[in-house]
Amino acid sequence: MAELMAAGEEPEILFWVGCAGSYDERAQKITRDICKILHHVSMKYAVLGTEESCTGDPAKRAGNEFLFQMQAMTNIEVLNAYNIKKIVTGCPHCFNTIKNEYPGLGGTYEVIHHTQLIQDLINEGKLKAEGGESFKGRKITYHDPCYLGRANGIYEAPRKALEVLDAQLVEMKRCKSNGLCCGAGGAQMFKEPEKGNKDINVERIDEALQTNPQVIAAGCPFCMTMLSDGIKLKDKEQEVKVMDIAEITARANGL
Amino acid sequence: MVSQILFLILTLAAVALFTVNFRKITRNIRLGKDVDRSDQPQKRFMTMMRVAFGQSKMVVRPIPAFLHFFVYVGFVIINIEVLEIMIDGLFGTHRIFHGLGGLYDFLIGSFEILALTVWLACVAFMVRRNVMKLKRFSGIEMTAWPKSDANYILVTEILLMTAFLLMNAADAKLQTLGATHYISAGSFPVSQYLMDLLPNHESALIILERSCWWFHIAGILAFLNYLPHSKHFHILFAFPNTYFSNLEPIGEFTNMASVTNEVKAMLDPSFIPAETEPGKFGAKDVKDLSWVNLMNAYTCTECGRCTSVCPANITGKLLSPRKIMMDTRDRITEVGKNIDKHGAEHQDGKSLLDDYITREEIWACTSCNACVEACPVNIDPLQIIMELRRYAVMEESQAPASVNAMMGNIENNQAPWKYSPADRFNWAEGN
Repeated sequence: MAELMAAGEEPEILFWVGCAGSYDERAQKITRDICKILHHVSMKYAVLGTEESCTGDPAKRAGNEFLFQMQAMTNIEVLNAYNIKKIVTGCPHCFNTIKNEYPGLGGTYEVIHHTQLIQDLINEGKLKAEGGESFKGRKITYHDPCYLGRANGIYEAPRKALEVLDAQLVEMKRCKSNGLCCGAGGAQMFKEPEKGNKDINVERIDEALQTNPQVIAAGCPFCMTMLSDGIKLKDKEQEVKVMDIAEITARANGL
Repeated sequence: MVSQILFLILTLAAVALFTVNFRKITRNIRLGKDVDRSDQPQKRFMTMMRVAFGQSKMVVRPIPAFLHFFVYVGFVIINIEVLEIMIDGLFGTHRIFHGLGGLYDFLIGSFEILALTVWLACVAFMVRRNVMKLKRFSGIEMTAWPKSDANYILVTEILLMTAFLLMNAADAKLQTLGATHYISAGSFPVSQYLMDLLPNHESALIILERSCWWFHIAGILAFLNYLPHSKHFHILFAFPNTYFSNLEPIGEFTNMASVTNEVKAMLDPSFIPAETEPGKFGAKDVKDLSWVNLMNAYTCTECGRCTSVCPANITGKLLSPRKIMMDTRDRITEVGKNIDKHGAEHQDGKSLLDDYITREEIWACTSCNACVEACPVNIDPLQIIMELRRYAVMEESQAPASVNAMMGNIENNQAPWKYSPADRFNWAEGN
């Protein structure tokens, strides 16, 4: 972003990568796939690079409002300094926080999640599913991330991105507004679960496997970790792939 | 005349007692912190009409929605009958509205059909709770009292409807016998089948009819006074509770204004906050919660839809959103009783956090909002959990060690993991 600014240019959209997308090895791949899609449709975008910082979401959900607001205000200063108007995020938690919680602290932007961007590009005819791996007829089940689905009512965009593949979409029993959490939200990602009789991600994977999928589609790097761990535990890594919508889209287009 | 005076005294006493207890509850709710929910009245009204009046969130579970619909419609419509009972009771008349003619027959006929459906639905509800023992109606918070409370409500409704139908049956039979006072009025599509079961003596029928009439109205007045102590209070509070419910996306958590002031002052030393509000961060006890949270607690009818969709509860953790609401109500009721007994300043040394809700419960929450989405009357257990977490973290620094580590990483590295901020852009180098 700094380079673009120095060149006196403004991006069409800022891609907010997020901590998982920046550091987590698996999520890094998704980040690169989102970039590939942006390149593919020749959209002028920028990233903050080392100027990006945690949105503060896990701190806020853990109850540390101080830390959240410190992070938020620092980020807002950076975003406002670059005169950012539109943001696409690779993570539903960043999406929810920037979209809903930053405006009250002085940061108002048009914020979309990457599945919404993909839906928009499909609707505009800029993005299809051709030139790459065919997903035709493959059985895909989609796991709704809580902070995209229930929290913000976005159920259709990710499904639209899958419909274009001509794949066989199967819904889990608990889906959309009744979707079951992967177990990572509310700062659970960073701690051991409380005492119980089962891990939440295993409960979710059991349900996903009941649909006999070839692919479990996700839209959140934390869900990705939880679902992938679940699949490993069930020893189903060979038969069932957990993939982000962005990865699927990039592959279907040979990117 | 004696019965009219007796009726007047009974009604006044019941209404007075209800008013006293109702006021105690509204006073208790006002003990909560202020939060502004006066915006967007039109949208709020529509939410109330859709969710409370229109029962829109009940339909997710069709069987209980179907049964509940009859009890709900029955409750609302049969209460028109109460108006007639009141007038008859006060003025010594009998079926005062019979002058409506065909409309009266239609109304009484409708009441009868509704009374039967209420009766059947309540029996079905009792079977679901006590015979089928549905999982949703059990759990650590479903101790003896909540279970009895549910059964008392259902038994009372069954008895009230039985009395209503028996009263009509006796009345109808008296009408055919041509008894004085029992003018020919009303139609009896249900109770006509009960007529043969009744005695043939006029005097016995009159005793039965009067007994059922008195039982019905006295039952309603007693039930009214049971409400403030029961989960059944939702029949009244569902309406304001949905009206004042959160209209923002449920993923949006409030930004604490008191923190904003401090953070602004830290980032910019020249910033002087407009006004500083003293008090603690988050909630340790019920008075630290907002009045909406407390109204939520009084509205909860313990149906357990929240708990049945809670990922933590499903996987055997201690957390149950229904328990959060029930504990909040129990505690605010206790605080209210303390005020009545010992005055407003009394401290009993207890608090919602630790004495009612444990740390293990609040830290098991994934903040997934499934409980909020599931509640048919827009109760928000998550907000209470978050307020308790805020207290634990900001006032006591008592978070689980791994959560503290995560927060330490954000402070030092601007990411929840221990990676160097300088490496943040390294993803661009891989492929």
